[in-house]
Amino acid sequence: MPIMALTELMRILRDCAGQDESVDFEGDIADVPFEELGYDSLALLQAAGMAEREHNVRLEDEAVATATTPRELLATINQSMAVESL
Amino acid sequence: MVVRTAMAEAAGLDRGVPGATAPVVTGIGVAAPNGLGTGPWWRATLAGERAIAPITRFNADSYPARMAGEVRDFDPSEHLPSRLIPQTDHMTRLALAASAEAFADAGVDTSALPEYAAGVVTSASAGGFEFGQRELQALWSKGSRHVSAYQSFAWFYAVNTGQISIRHGLRGPSGVLVTGEAGGLDAVAQARRRLRGDAELMLTGGVDGSLCPWGWTALLSSGRLSTSDDPEHAYLPFSADARGHVVGEGGALLVLEAPESARARGARAYGALSGYAATFDPAPGAGGEPGLRYAIEQALDEADVTPDQVGVVFADACGVPDDDRAEADAISGVFGSRGVPVTAPKTLTGRLCAGGASLDLAAALLSVHEGVLPPTADVGRQAEGICLDLVTGTPRYGRVDVALVLARGQGGFNAAAVVRAADL
Amino acid sequence: MNRRVVITGIGVVAPGGRNTKEFWDSLTAGRTATRAVSLFDATPFRSRIAAECDFDPATEGLPEHQAQKMDRATQLAVVAARQALADSGFVHPPRRPHRTGVTIGTAVGATMSLDTEYSVVSDRGARWLVDHEHATPNLYDHLVPSSFAARIAWEVGAQGPVSVVSTGCTSGLDAVGHAVELIREGAADSMVAGATDAPISPITLACFDAIRATSPRNDDPEHASRPFDRTRNGFVLGEGSAVFVLEEMELARRRDAHVYAEITGFASRSNAYHMTGLRTDGSEMAEAIRAALDRARLDRTDVDYVNAHGSGTKQNDRHETAAFKRALGEHSYRVPISSIKSMIGHSLGAIGSLEIAASALAIENGVVPPTANLHEPDPECDLDYTPITARETRVDTVLTVGSGFGGFQSAMLLSKPKRG
Repeated sequence: MPIMALTELMRILRDCAGQDESVDFEGDIADVPFEELGYDSLALLQAAGMAEREHNVRLEDEAVATATTPRELLATINQSMAVESL
Repeated sequence: MVVRTAMAEAAGLDRGVPGATAPVVTGIGVAAPNGLGTGPWWRATLAGERAIAPITRFNADSYPARMAGEVRDFDPSEHLPSRLIPQTDHMTRLALAASAEAFADAGVDTSALPEYAAGVVTSASAGGFEFGQRELQALWSKGSRHVSAYQSFAWFYAVNTGQISIRHGLRGPSGVLVTGEAGGLDAVAQARRRLRGDAELMLTGGVDGSLCPWGWTALLSSGRLSTSDDPEHAYLPFSADARGHVVGEGGALLVLEAPESARARGARAYGALSGYAATFDPAPGAGGEPGLRYAIEQALDEADVTPDQVGVVFADACGVPDDDRAEADAISGVFGSRGVPVTAPKTLTGRLCAGGASLDLAAALLSVHEGVLPPTADVGRQAEGICLDLVTGTPRYGRVDVALVLARGQGGFNAAAVVRAADL
Repeated sequence: MNRRVVITGIGVVAPGGRNTKEFWDSLTAGRTATRAVSLFDATPFRSRIAAECDFDPATEGLPEHQAQKMDRATQLAVVAARQALADSGFVHPPRRPHRTGVTIGTAVGATMSLDTEYSVVSDRGARWLVDHEHATPNLYDHLVPSSFAARIAWEVGAQGPVSVVSTGCTSGLDAVGHAVELIREGAADSMVAGATDAPISPITLACFDAIRATSPRNDDPEHASRPFDRTRNGFVLGEGSAVFVLEEMELARRRDAHVYAEITGFASRSNAYHMTGLRTDGSEMAEAIRAALDRARLDRTDVDYVNAHGSGTKQNDRHETAAFKRALGEHSYRVPISSIKSMIGHSLGAIGSLEIAASALAIENGVVPPTANLHEPDPECDLDYTPITARETRVDTVLTVGSGFGGFQSAMLLSKPKRG
């Protein structure tokens, strides 16, 4: 069962919305709020759209809107990918 | 002879002392094919350096027109944070670079301005068309799910005003005008209106460009693009060999404020915007004179300036024979044959859509500020019936008190603006 | 001299109303015009609902050879402009053409034409280097939407200031505000002003899908636009046009023109926050309202009806409620407020003008149109949003507001014309 790793999610975010020059992306950022990472709701929508396209999944509005950290968004994506692969 | 206009009469408006309340320009930001930044652009302009060349943005071999004025060597990462890059068209990035330059040049710290004190008015023609083409391409070739979230705002006509206002925290009144190539003056006039009681400082002008195959195809359908491949002879306004114009990208953004506020800041003013008027031509087939002459007369009247006081006219310079003739007639009608120096530095860059007239305004401001008329590229013999004192070859040095800038948008839009030396 | 501006003619082409009378009847009956998209096959989209106009150019006086040169948005505007001119009795071409101008608002210009044309010249997206030889000769007019204003200027015979104002979803308000200012400052004596948009096209549906801004209530399109309701889930895309004849008041009086309303105040501010997002405190919209009231020399308590932006997105309706409370204080709890987007959808750049039309008609008729589909008010939107049923009441002054992508916030005040 394919799952998305954090590095891939961060790559998608970077492609969609750049990478804030003042933020340290090297450390453990899985639980850092998106706001602090410099990603607003539009960036997340764009990233969700890209994830949907690349992995052929649908992400629920509510789930995308309530994901506040990379870990949470990753969980949503991987859940959908799991359902898709059934 | 000053024509006392019906406008002033009917309105019974107290125009006051000319120049006393005319807003001044205290900052200029430029992105032009022959120079990124006001300094490089103005030096190149005075030196007559042409930046019209074969298009590099896309392979134009199969199109009948292949020359353009492109802004070269622009690296967005040098001007913008990375998060803005995926969501901006190239011309919005140029606009953001120019807006930063204009504020820095004016010595304005926008974060220190009172709340709601400053706004933005820009002119647009096609919006972020290249961005739009990529999205249309994705839609039609891959499907609707491949359209970006950024398409909801990255291409629309208001995008530059929106992004500039966010970048600089400008919460005052903002606007966007679309009048083709006349927009570069109309937007500045709207900004001037805002300074009458609604804002203290405005950023205004236009930075524009649609240099992508889709934009190119649309420009081709205007029927006005020159198909010549020779940079020296492709765009020859007023010439017997006029064969259309070349299009480019870029423009200028200006910081406009009341003279009192500039004085209080100890800011340097390039010049004052002391007159403006806009008219629209009669409908096709309706008969009647084109409206440019009336716009000139109105603008001069508002500035309380007589034709003999005008030191230079920055021409619209369409490059299409009938349009050139109409403009030359309007100019000669007001100033007399060879009655005023006329110049078109846009012969070096191409016509910059909604950014061109703003760049001409910037040139007019520098002309009055420095006392110099920038040259027009050599256009050869003027067309039959056109007899203008064109500034060609080298700049003409000498005091310039008043400059007139003309702009016409395709479809009948005319605008005229008068710039005077600032009296701070 | 203090020049004042009045509305002497109204023309409307809207979802559910092919002219002003039908538009007003539809609004006061609380009828919604939101349906499944029919202009093209919308199967692939997340939101497949729109408020479309029942519009056939030929039956509206635009023969094929004229209509095919224009984008649908231009067609709507030309028809609305003709209605407005007939309604006002304004003599056109005017005797002094330089004293008459035109301002037309549009957010997305010739989107339908550009979308369909792109498919042709790019061979359905296969070619980046699109085929110029098969492009429509009208493509330049679609590229630069100043052509909309040019067309209207030709209809009117106007040779004064002519322009397109394009400030996203506040274009419809801002275009009329711009025209008012031109008359006030003496640049014109009369203006034909309004707005138009015909955005119901694949590219538009796709981009709003991408930001999940439009309602996906595809099983119930007639009730999908639910401003201020707890169950609202996005806006419904619409199309339409409203155009007005605006005149300097004394000149209108002199020719004994019928006056719907005076436009007494207009102001705009910017969020300067985010291209699509809104902060929750509504302070910039409140400031626009305050400045408009100040310009009109009116007190907040003079407002009898607020025609809201009310797009039906979670964030907008919250933002707007906060703005009303900030701007109108206690009065915000007493004044009836409604969103006609509940019935005619959100036509982007056009809606501001359609809402001005509704506001002027509210004054003329003494009726406040309702907010349709408002069965479960959101506790956060706890003002009187005039649910379901129109209300007969004295309406002397209307405040209408707009909010748009790019951070634009605009407010306009219309007042009953005073006799003598």
